[in-house]
Amino acid sequence: MPAQPEGDPAPRDGALPAASVARAADRTLSLYVHVPFCAVRCGYCDFNTYTMDQLGDGVSQRDYHADAAAEVRFARSVLDAAGAPPRALHSVFFGGGTPTLLPARELAHMLEQARESFGLAPDAEVTVEANPDSVSEETFDVLAAAGVTRVSFGMQSAVPHVLRVLERTHTPANVPRAVGWAKDRGLGASVDLIYGTPGESVADWRTSLEAALAMDPDHVSAYSLITEDGTKLAAQIRRGEVPEVDPDDQAEKYTLADALLREAGFEWYEVSNWSRAAHGRSAVQNRSAHNLAYWRNQDWWGIGPGAHSHSDGVRWWNLKHPLPYTAAVRRGDSPAVGRETLDAETQYVEHVMLGIRIREGLPLDGLRPEARRAVAGLIADGWLDGAAALGGSAVLTDAGRLMADAVTRRLLDW
Amino acid sequence: MSPLAVNPPAPASTDPSVIRNFCIIAHIDHGKSTLADRMLQATGVVTPRQMKAQYLDRMDIERERGITIKSQAVRMPWNVDGTDYALNMIDTPGHVDFTYEVSRSLAACEATILLVDAAQGIEAQTLANLYLAIENDLTIIPVLNKIDLPAAQPEKYAAELANLIGVEPEDVLKVSGKTGEGVEELLDTIVRQVPAPQGVKDAPSRAMIFDSVYDTYRGVVTYVRVVDGTLSPRERIQMMSTGATHELLELGVISPEPVPSQGLSVGEVGYLITGVKDVRQSRVGDTVTSQTKPAQQSLGGYEDPKPMVFSGLFPVEGSDYPVLRDALEKLQLNDAALVYEPETSAALGFGFRCGFLGLLHLEITRDRLEREFNLDLISTAPSVSYNVTLEDNSEEEVTNPSEFPEGRILEIREPMVSATILVPSEFIGAVMELCQSKRGEMKGMDYLSEDRVELRYRLPLAEIVFDFFDQLKSKTRGYASLDWKADGEQAADLVKVDILLQGEQVDAFSAITHKDKAYSYGVLMTRKLQKLIPRQQYEVPIQAAIGSRIIARENIRAIRKDVLSKCYGGDISRKRKLLEKQKEGKKRMKMVGRVEVPQEAFVAALSSDEDNGKDKKK
Repeated sequence: MPAQPEGDPAPRDGALPAASVARAADRTLSLYVHVPFCAVRCGYCDFNTYTMDQLGDGVSQRDYHADAAAEVRFARSVLDAAGAPPRALHSVFFGGGTPTLLPARELAHMLEQARESFGLAPDAEVTVEANPDSVSEETFDVLAAAGVTRVSFGMQSAVPHVLRVLERTHTPANVPRAVGWAKDRGLGASVDLIYGTPGESVADWRTSLEAALAMDPDHVSAYSLITEDGTKLAAQIRRGEVPEVDPDDQAEKYTLADALLREAGFEWYEVSNWSRAAHGRSAVQNRSAHNLAYWRNQDWWGIGPGAHSHSDGVRWWNLKHPLPYTAAVRRGDSPAVGRETLDAETQYVEHVMLGIRIREGLPLDGLRPEARRAVAGLIADGWLDGAAALGGSAVLTDAGRLMADAVTRRLLDW
Repeated sequence: MSPLAVNPPAPASTDPSVIRNFCIIAHIDHGKSTLADRMLQATGVVTPRQMKAQYLDRMDIERERGITIKSQAVRMPWNVDGTDYALNMIDTPGHVDFTYEVSRSLAACEATILLVDAAQGIEAQTLANLYLAIENDLTIIPVLNKIDLPAAQPEKYAAELANLIGVEPEDVLKVSGKTGEGVEELLDTIVRQVPAPQGVKDAPSRAMIFDSVYDTYRGVVTYVRVVDGTLSPRERIQMMSTGATHELLELGVISPEPVPSQGLSVGEVGYLITGVKDVRQSRVGDTVTSQTKPAQQSLGGYEDPKPMVFSGLFPVEGSDYPVLRDALEKLQLNDAALVYEPETSAALGFGFRCGFLGLLHLEITRDRLEREFNLDLISTAPSVSYNVTLEDNSEEEVTNPSEFPEGRILEIREPMVSATILVPSEFIGAVMELCQSKRGEMKGMDYLSEDRVELRYRLPLAEIVFDFFDQLKSKTRGYASLDWKADGEQAADLVKVDILLQGEQVDAFSAITHKDKAYSYGVLMTRKLQKLIPRQQYEVPIQAAIGSRIIARENIRAIRKDVLSKCYGGDISRKRKLLEKQKEGKKRMKMVGRVEVPQEAFVAALSSDEDNGKDKKK
């Protein structure tokens, strides 16, 4: 799994500088709750997650919800101490790991704590990531009752040999069943897909897309497979047991995904995310508010081992392993291990890097002269939308979405 | 058997009759330095405790490569039959690039030890130096080394040596530098066979410079052989080639560290220090005389060093340019043969066009720049000096392909060499084939013994400087040896091949080649670059062209995807750092028009090792 970034040490009490909350009234606050447990680790995954047998004494998966709830309370006290005005949560997201490996009532308990400490905004989005194999109908009963609004299903692929390379263990047939259970209870349903897995043909990818669309979700995320150093998959590729990931192949699959999704009524709102009108909600309403909060550089507090947080230019991250994390939380200390205070230059870089990825794009009047000078060339290359630029925004074209990082570097004159 | 000297003769007052000046001619790994070490020990000049392997090879590079670049002279006392003698051993470079320095070292001696590996026999360079020695009327003492090796064939090679120089096989001495066997007999033989120097004691002083070395603390240390008269401390001396005068600050002999003396007189070998800071003011081959009582006639044989091979040296980091400039200046203090002038390349930025005696000289210089001055360098493909006659009959000398004249050309002449190749007879066919493919013209062939052949060819120098020696070695399983010397120039059908990236000419890759080889050069370079240059935001054509005619083409396809799809659970820092890393990566790129070319691509494309699939980096 990846190392945490290098940064400054985080203070033991987690205290935030007043500047990082000075504009809080105009910024939304979201909560991310990391559930660092999986039944088995997938070969491609470098997220901070543990299987049961990796945990040591004193820390149990069964107590995790209580420890996480303690950090939620801690979060509120730190923000209060810094002088932030009270903010109801814009969104809550339970991610992992595998949140549904915990009993649904424990997820509900953590959500209850969030509601108690912060309150939920009237239209707050509450998402739970679900593994189709570790849910039952009752799971969704409990989650819906607790206030969860949408479920994101880790489907990845509908093709058995692709799932095998990814080492995903779920049974493909379980996915539509689980999606159906969620929709029956009025929950939004998103499906996560991965494309470009070694050995996946274009036809395989089409099969997965069609299977996903057949479940009638209101939201789809499609991520290209990235082989991260230190994962089992990276080692298999290095040893030549599995072919390398081919960026041209991924580009072709992205283009196919965009075409099929568009045909099915979806529209992109971020490079890897699409939504459509469904279940009485518009396409815009079905976008993931939590996901957008990241790209719009809003504030969020990440709960749990290894989780990342952001408060207006200050970023910090927690101890990675559940054992020291739990120890810190139980002592009443901040579980943060490092932080980074962004200078104006870095904040601008992030503003460009994140904002260019979303459908609204970047307002041109917030860009520096070198970026504005680069716009004409980017339009000529077919990567920025000319009409949108005349309207005052730098917005990626369809081809430009595949080159978003190159566009970012050119806007930054890097 | 000789004991150590009892009263070693003192410099300045040594009678020429007890002086013996000699050098050692040997092929690169035939054990010259090891034998020299044993002689230093046997004569008591170096105690076992002081002994470093290969004492005389001072520079790190010499030690690592096991070859001697700069010659030095050591004075050793030795007693034979009750008389104490002063033996001056002059160490000579063993490589073809340094033939001129070798010839000056030989001119400083009365005799040479012809040292040959008893397991390998004589090699081409040794043969070439042997000819030089005989031309200089030196006494030849044939010696077989490494007789301790199991593979040694002393009888066979003694016969070969005897046959070459016209002596009896039993006159060939047999030694082992490793065990010391035969070394004392060799020293005795030197005393008995080497003629004492002849010179006129009272004549105006004349001393020949056979080496000059820059020392950080002392300035230039000049090694001389006094032919006539005496040099004394504190007198003013004159360099006869330039007329420049200097004050003598110190005179002395090396034994094996410098020891100041009251002078150097007829027949003696030693060093002098004048306080000059640049070896070009104290040139190998020049004659030193006294300013107050100058000689009328120089000793002759002096030649200006003439660079044969040219290459552009560019710092990988543009900001290192001043460091490179200072480094070249410092190296030149110690290397009169190194010439350079500033060069600007559109692709590589600011650097220097440098001239070298040969490829080894180039490699050593590059190594020293990188090692001693901590530089990262790109060197362009080695080129030779072409003489071009233009339509208006004007002449132009071209040492840099990117300066090749435009417009109509009447004639191009390229430098030629005459090459001697010694090879076991079974490889004659392979060597002839190779020489033919390198546009060689056969001049003769002789059998040295039943199974060893000397082949003589006239070849374009340009064909030799690239990878000729490597190919020769690989086609003869390492058995062939090569020597060459300049041999005029010859008109040839040559063209300049340019390499274009997206229509922009990359000057660093331009080459002058024979017309028949232009196509293969073009294909080789475009294919190499196609593999080396990463995909860009645009499609990039790579073309090879002669003038406006395209002779080869490859394409680098445009990159189709340049986006990270994940946000790593809110780890924005990580994403930003990946982007910053890409920015750093771009700093290592050179822009050719709109194309980003990594430094490594230049280095790899300019190295010659890819084409035959083996690593030829020594």
